Amino acid sequence: MSTQKPSNEALLWMLFSTGGVIAAFLVPVHIFLFGLAFPLGWLEAPSYEHLKLLVGMPAVRIYLFLLCSVPLFHWAHRFRYTLYDGLQVKHLNEVIFTLCYGGALLGTAVAGYLLWRMA
Amino acid sequence: MNSSTAKSSAAYTEFHPRWYRPHVSVYWWLGEWRYLRFILRELSSVFVAAFVIVTLLGLRALRNGPEAYARFQHRLQTPTAIALSTISLFFVLFHTITWFNLAPRAMAVRWRGKRLPDIAIAAPNYALWLIVSVALGWLVLR
Repeated sequence: MSTQKPSNEALLWMLFSTGGVIAAFLVPVHIFLFGLAFPLGWLEAPSYEHLKLLVGMPAVRIYLFLLCSVPLFHWAHRFRYTLYDGLQVKHLNEVIFTLCYGGALLGTAVAGYLLWRMA
Repeated sequence: MNSSTAKSSAAYTEFHPRWYRPHVSVYWWLGEWRYLRFILRELSSVFVAAFVIVTLLGLRALRNGPEAYARFQHRLQTPTAIALSTISLFFVLFHTITWFNLAPRAMAVRWRGKRLPDIAIAAPNYALWLIVSVALGWLVLR
């Protein structure tokens, strides 16, 4: 229960809020298009070649990297505190912390690897 | 209060100080709509994470070639995937709306000595959201 320990809460909160902004602005249209409009045939799905061309652009890859990575830290922060407050599992706090931020780091690594190796 | 002052003040009292800690049920958020809404808002992040996982699977399929991507598209057409997408869209829209509506609380912008009304902060967010969404759709569909 030390109160003086230096904390990285500020950095984690920055990642949470940046991820929240990215998720708020960008995720709905992505889910609408790729999750509903294309699979259900409301709109004609873009061809494999067109998507491949888009993902070939460095700017699109940076965009996709940020779209995948930062919202995971948004999830980690909210999910951690939901378990903490909602279910009152305070005794598992360290395990939850590790799983949430570990998951976000893993997702970031996978996104970085996939986009880096996207020939 | 830090622990040293708590200890020193305890020395002056005749009785051992007891903290007042009312017991809160694990299901405290089920009783009232605004508490449930708070928990649902927080849980919208789970669907954000699910979206990222599906997107990463799509990128992997895209990298693995046209057949792999066709299989990925086919899997997105299954009823389970459609149900997940529908629920995800609802939760993510809930996140977007609550996030934009909170923006005026997070940024208290003053102009000519007066605080701007909430709508003046929230409305540009909604407008930008619309523009960004249309622009992304145009880029993908072009």
